[in-house]
Amino acid sequence: MKPAPFAYHRPGSLADALAILAGDPDAKVLAGGQSLVPLLSMRLAAPSALVDINALPGLADITVTDGRVRVGALARHAAVLASEEVRRHQPLLALALAHVAHATIRNRGTSVGSIVHADPSAELPAVLALLDGALEVASVRGTRVIPASELFVGPLESALEHDEIATAALFPVLPAGAGVAFEEIARRHGDYAMCGVAAVVDGDSVKAAYVSVSEVPTVVDLTGVPDADLGEAALARLDPADDIHATAAYRAELVRVLTERVVARARGEAAA
Amino acid sequence: MTTKLMGQGVQRVEDQRLLRGQGRFVDDVLVGQGTLHVAVLRSPHAHARIRDIDVSGVLDVEGVHAVWTYDDLAGLAPNMADPLPLLIPHPALTQGRTQYALAKDEVNYVGEAVAFVVAEDRYLAEDAVGRIQVDYELLPPVVGIEAARAADQLVHPDVPGNVAARLVQDTGAPGELEAAMAAAPHRLSLDLTVERSACTPLEGRGTVARWDPDTNRMTVWSSTQTSTGVRAVVAAKLGLDLGQVDVVTPDVGGGFGVKINHPWPEELLVPLAARALGRPVKFTEDRREHFISSAHERGQLQHIEVGFDDDGRLQALEVTFWHDHGAYIPYGLIVPIITSTQLLGPYKPRVYRVTFESLYTNTVMVTPYRGAGRPQGCYAMERTMDAIAAYLGKDRTEVRAANFIQPDEFPYDQRMTFQDGRELEYDSGDYPAMLEKIKALIGWEEFPRFREEMAAQGRQVGIGLACYVEGTGVGPYEGAHVHIETSGKVKVATGLTSQGQGHQTAFAQLVADELGVRFEDVEVVTGDTRRMAYAVGTFASRAAVMSGSAIHLAAKRAKEKVLRIAAEALEASEDDLEIVDGIVSVRGTTAHIDLGTIAVLSNPLRYAFDERSKLATQFSVGDPGKPPVAEDDEPGLEGKDFYSPERSTFASGMHAVIVETDPRTAEIKILKYAVVHDCGNLINPMIVEGQIHGGVAQGVGGALYERMVYDESGQLLNASFMDFLMPYVTEVPDGIAIDHLETPSPLNPLGIKGAGEAGVIPSAAVFASAISDAEGFPITAMPISPSDLFQLRRTLTEEPS
Repeated sequence: MKPAPFAYHRPGSLADALAILAGDPDAKVLAGGQSLVPLLSMRLAAPSALVDINALPGLADITVTDGRVRVGALARHAAVLASEEVRRHQPLLALALAHVAHATIRNRGTSVGSIVHADPSAELPAVLALLDGALEVASVRGTRVIPASELFVGPLESALEHDEIATAALFPVLPAGAGVAFEEIARRHGDYAMCGVAAVVDGDSVKAAYVSVSEVPTVVDLTGVPDADLGEAALARLDPADDIHATAAYRAELVRVLTERVVARARGEAAA
Repeated sequence: MTTKLMGQGVQRVEDQRLLRGQGRFVDDVLVGQGTLHVAVLRSPHAHARIRDIDVSGVLDVEGVHAVWTYDDLAGLAPNMADPLPLLIPHPALTQGRTQYALAKDEVNYVGEAVAFVVAEDRYLAEDAVGRIQVDYELLPPVVGIEAARAADQLVHPDVPGNVAARLVQDTGAPGELEAAMAAAPHRLSLDLTVERSACTPLEGRGTVARWDPDTNRMTVWSSTQTSTGVRAVVAAKLGLDLGQVDVVTPDVGGGFGVKINHPWPEELLVPLAARALGRPVKFTEDRREHFISSAHERGQLQHIEVGFDDDGRLQALEVTFWHDHGAYIPYGLIVPIITSTQLLGPYKPRVYRVTFESLYTNTVMVTPYRGAGRPQGCYAMERTMDAIAAYLGKDRTEVRAANFIQPDEFPYDQRMTFQDGRELEYDSGDYPAMLEKIKALIGWEEFPRFREEMAAQGRQVGIGLACYVEGTGVGPYEGAHVHIETSGKVKVATGLTSQGQGHQTAFAQLVADELGVRFEDVEVVTGDTRRMAYAVGTFASRAAVMSGSAIHLAAKRAKEKVLRIAAEALEASEDDLEIVDGIVSVRGTTAHIDLGTIAVLSNPLRYAFDERSKLATQFSVGDPGKPPVAEDDEPGLEGKDFYSPERSTFASGMHAVIVETDPRTAEIKILKYAVVHDCGNLINPMIVEGQIHGGVAQGVGGALYERMVYDESGQLLNASFMDFLMPYVTEVPDGIAIDHLETPSPLNPLGIKGAGEAGVIPSAAVFASAISDAEGFPITAMPISPSDLFQLRRTLTEEPS
């Protein structure tokens, strides 16, 4: 469990980082390393170089401006989870982050890194998708904003080009009177969920997003669906699969149970 | 008067060091400059013939010092080309097969060692491993017990039916079981499954070796449960005398059984490389390697036929089981023999016959894992008890009580041969009293009301109970050496190893009590062949019983000499002496002498080394007419003794649990867990309770979380802690209610029994019992996950029987 040889760069400016990345098509960006480093150790990934962005200035900021919570690329899960301002403006982030792995991993792992990794078992991609957020990315070619709806291409596959670095994630703040909820069921506390559901209720609108039951984070519009049909309506859009921890049928049942619970709770929050 | 420490919850002296990160494990051993590192090429296939191994791509790699395959072994040491030893032969084990240190011609499980690389560091060694080309011819793998029994394919072509051994034990005369079964008023049969799991200590295997060419001596540091076992086999395989090999076991980060197996291929290849290359060599196993190339346990299929009377008393019990021992069987039949004998628990069936087959499969081999076959036996018996209770409509505790061996029936001969080749004869116990305690502790009588209250809230709960008897403290022997220094401090050595049990504490308590010294003045060393060359090892809950007794006896011998010298020095009778806090005094007087001075006096000196030692020099002491050391005496204040019991001592226990199962998500929540435990006299209740806590946690893992998921090609799909679900603190019971019973063992001077494995033995049984109770249908396969339970509910609803 030792990585194959790779070159290591720790640039001091975003421009330098982008230049190195543009010059090496086999290089990978290292932020928190909570997914990448195990892949390296197991030699499931063997990049030619790592571009460590931890020395880049200004990327750890968490701000609320223009109706959006902006989480910088180096903001750790723990910092986002601890931010009162984030909790006030978009409570769904804290609700979801409480389920992300364990304290030691949250101390090091970054929220933007988790989104870029695009793991359908991860909480934050589903949150970004549900809230219709976006990702700010930069490359030597310039900057652009990728909306969540275009970001998640497949399992562990995002729309980022190789030479791009995600610099921030943008989560719209929760409108007044709206409510959110999140719940998941995992084998052990902190494990990847067998199924997770996030919901947002705003007036008549009811939407839910799902973790671990589809190949990419999937948002289902449940507006107007009678309570008794919520689970089946969601399942029509989802594709739960078997793995060693749960059968597809069991996951489908978790979709039903959690959809009912989470929508009800989001409604409760909206009414509160 | 010094307080007796036996029975006191003395704080563990190990913890300051271990909890502050100051433990010193094999990977921390510094053996000087120039240590080389190892990586092993392991088979990616479960069953294949090796056509060719091409190492040419590795030889020229900068930093690589050696690349060995099987063909190199004979040239390195004459015995290395032979298979690894079959550690525990048995007459019924007619088809024993063990692996070679490096695969010869074929591989039989994913993870089997094929080539061995030594390089400047582990990174380079892994790079080199990646460049070795092996041409495999794939063979059909045998995965799972059903496939092994079907024997459409064979693991070893010369082993018919994949059967290594078939063993039958019958407590009755020929035909007696059949007659008793036929005469029984009621009969039931059960088919049960237990899946594979594993010890998974947080520290994997590891070995460091240094060869000293000037003295022709080998020093090996290994993360093992038997340093003397490793020493013997390293010497034998490398063609060395025992006196040329020292094995030191530093801190061990958990063993749980897996490290009693030896030698691992690396345990021989590392010293071999150290000698061949003239540099220290280190192997530290990584997590994936531990999953696929150490050992597993637990996998069995069981079939039970039972005949019983109206009270549920066992008239005839016939058990047949199939034990999956993996690709090789170095540890012999110990695990299935333990299952077959310890299955009986606290009960006395009129006649019992058990038959098992130990089967080869193309998976990681099986050696003992904490409990070592007992959890499976307990599961078989306790599922049977529950089935009888359900059939008769009786309370589950009543059926058990009807079958208990009674307190006045000890010693009780179960008419079987145990794992040590001796009679399965229980020494002591009080099972009815224990049952009363566990019922009170869990709230058995109050449970029906609790169930109703929960049901009113739409919640579903169940209660379960499981009883076991555990043979502990097996032989052949352990020894101890107690040395009182001239400082008055006491150095104790015993040869078995420690993996965190708190031996330094518990053994020091025994020495402090026997010698009358301060606990702080006693230092205990374990697992170092330089300090104690004769020893067996740490397994079968034997350390306290075996080494504890030996240490007690050795301390007694040292004390005899202390009193003899003190009596002479104080001109008093030995009978009038007492030792308190390291001072020997004559009762009722002020005359006294300290142990350090006695140690000085015990060793006639020519040369003084300090002020006090002048007392022992030639012009100060001794009768010029006699030799300074009497003919039947020896210099120094030491005691050495060995303890070797006739047979094992039998601890016992009962666990009970209340679980809640979610009607929709099938999540299984532990509401209350209770343990009553009897390991005879307690040396240190805090350590015993710690062992129980750890065992219960491991048992929760085994019952509800952990399993080895092999696919049909023999790949282990969950060879990581991400997918092998060892429970976190969040998954184990939040508090365990514990009560003790102390029925002393008559077999050893301290009246103690072992406690190391107890906590894990009844886990599968007790959870199956409680979940069955909550769900209203029998659970027959363990472990069980929420997904399994959900599917089971569906099957039972969709296909009502």
